[in-house]
Amino acid sequence: MNRITLNRIKDKGFLVTGIISTFIGLVLLLIFMADIFIEGAPRISWKFIVSLPSRIPERAGIYTAMMGSVWVLILTTIISFPIGVSAGIYLEEYAKQGRLSRLLEVNISNLAGVPSIIYGLLGLEIFARVMRLGSSVLAGSITLALLILPIIIVATRESIKAVPQSIRDASYALGASKWQTIYRQVLPASFGGILTGVILALSRAVGEAAPLIVVGALAYVPFAPRSPLDDFSILPIQIFNWISRPQHGFIVNAAAAIIILLIITFAMNGIAIYLRSRWQKRVSW
Amino acid sequence: MKINAIILLTILILSACGGPASQKEQLSGTIRIDGSSTVYPITEAVAEEFRVVSPDVKVTVGISGTGGGFKKFGRGETDISDASRPIKQKEIDACNENGISYVKLEVAYDGLAVIVNPENDWVDHFTVEELKKLWEPDAQGVIMKWNQIRPEWPDEEVHLFGPGVASGTYDYFTEAIIGESGSSRGDFTASEDDNVLVQGVAGDKYGLGFFGLAYFEENADKLKLVPVDGGNGPVAPSIETVSNGTYTPLSRPLFIYVNSRAAKRKEVQKFVYFYIQNAPALSKEVGYVPLPEAKYKEQTENFSSFLSGLE
Repeated sequence: MNRITLNRIKDKGFLVTGIISTFIGLVLLLIFMADIFIEGAPRISWKFIVSLPSRIPERAGIYTAMMGSVWVLILTTIISFPIGVSAGIYLEEYAKQGRLSRLLEVNISNLAGVPSIIYGLLGLEIFARVMRLGSSVLAGSITLALLILPIIIVATRESIKAVPQSIRDASYALGASKWQTIYRQVLPASFGGILTGVILALSRAVGEAAPLIVVGALAYVPFAPRSPLDDFSILPIQIFNWISRPQHGFIVNAAAAIIILLIITFAMNGIAIYLRSRWQKRVSW
Repeated sequence: MKINAIILLTILILSACGGPASQKEQLSGTIRIDGSSTVYPITEAVAEEFRVVSPDVKVTVGISGTGGGFKKFGRGETDISDASRPIKQKEIDACNENGISYVKLEVAYDGLAVIVNPENDWVDHFTVEELKKLWEPDAQGVIMKWNQIRPEWPDEEVHLFGPGVASGTYDYFTEAIIGESGSSRGDFTASEDDNVLVQGVAGDKYGLGFFGLAYFEENADKLKLVPVDGGNGPVAPSIETVSNGTYTPLSRPLFIYVNSRAAKRKEVQKFVYFYIQNAPALSKEVGYVPLPEAKYKEQTENFSSFLSGLE
């Protein structure tokens, strides 16, 4: 066997490994989804969506948990979006390269790797207790906003980085100020990417259970939140709670609730893809 | 003038009827409960039924665990704490520090049953060590036959059945037998559905499994209950041995702790009485063992005397 055939074999070997690796994720996801759908899909009905939690699996529903998740999602967006995007713009456009900015960068990346339960502890101590928000939707949302802030900042910076320097130069050459350049050129050009990052971060937030259990999100709440200071439950906690019950009916409920959660996540990803393509089309130099 | 008088009279009558009467019956307010996820199903069931009686009282129940629940309870953040063990000294200290007094009430028992096939005529009892030897993580792929547990038992494979690893029942079994919650061998048939476990052991002469004691009763004809020796001789689980605490370590009482300041509120009083009153039926329904009747009476008396001590 000479070296050429050996190299070809290695080449093929790598190709096969690559294909298998690519499909592992997809196949696992499909198996998981098929399993969940077979178990849970027949359980989904309008009644399941609008019913309160119950000890009888057939009577139980996800109304309060779903409304809680929607509240958390909206509040988290309102809080994290402006802060994350502003921080990203500052770091990319204004901050001078130096020790401080490098320190900030490293810390933001580190924050993205902190386990989510730690954010829960932080949220409990600072937002729920020191700021006296209690275990409210608001306290939970601020905690989740903090959790996804690093992701949003990094996504914002990457999208802004992708805008060619020549665009900025041209804008300055026409006499625009820095803010005018950012607002009228850089942001529109990078907004698709920023939005995608924000929405992907939010889809992660909507699936988190651990930090919110620590902050004090509940499992049984017989009412949907009416203000940001109300008690709340969320879908992942309801699912977690149902899975640990001995009756089979609750397992079916959990599967059905997972499907609803998946639909929310997929819808959000769909919106992200749509927005990105729309914004990309709009920008043309 | 006449019409005015009639209107006035009507208003008087209406206010006389409506006012005090509705105030007496329509309790409102929020009752905050948090703590053990083991006690949660009972509290959830009680809260659900309480909504029928007092729809304006908002009862919320969390699942931050017995320890997490007591932390909040000790800071006065919750009115009632669900607990699967008695309060610890450290937690009592925290309550004292914040001037919180409380009453402890037993609501039900959590009991586990170790079961084998009715045709199994060699097992008379298990010791905790034997169960540990069979179920601990190191047993995986090693302890595969009955005669490895006790030499006089048959030289046949043992087939293990147990609840899913996400269940509270599994957590409790591993904690009580192996000493560490959530740690066991992985090569057993795990199912969240207790019926699957029942079918599995009922159809397999060499099968062995465990699940909530309450479910055994319904399937007593298909299975054989195995007494467990926790150090003082083998004890078979039953309402008596569970309630007098001799069936150890696979049974434990479940508690609720009521904050005294909360207990001054009418809606909390009504809820706690309602809880004790309905715990026998509801705890059984969600898979636990109710206390003997006398013990529930005792809880009611404890709570009443606690209330009269508050005034």
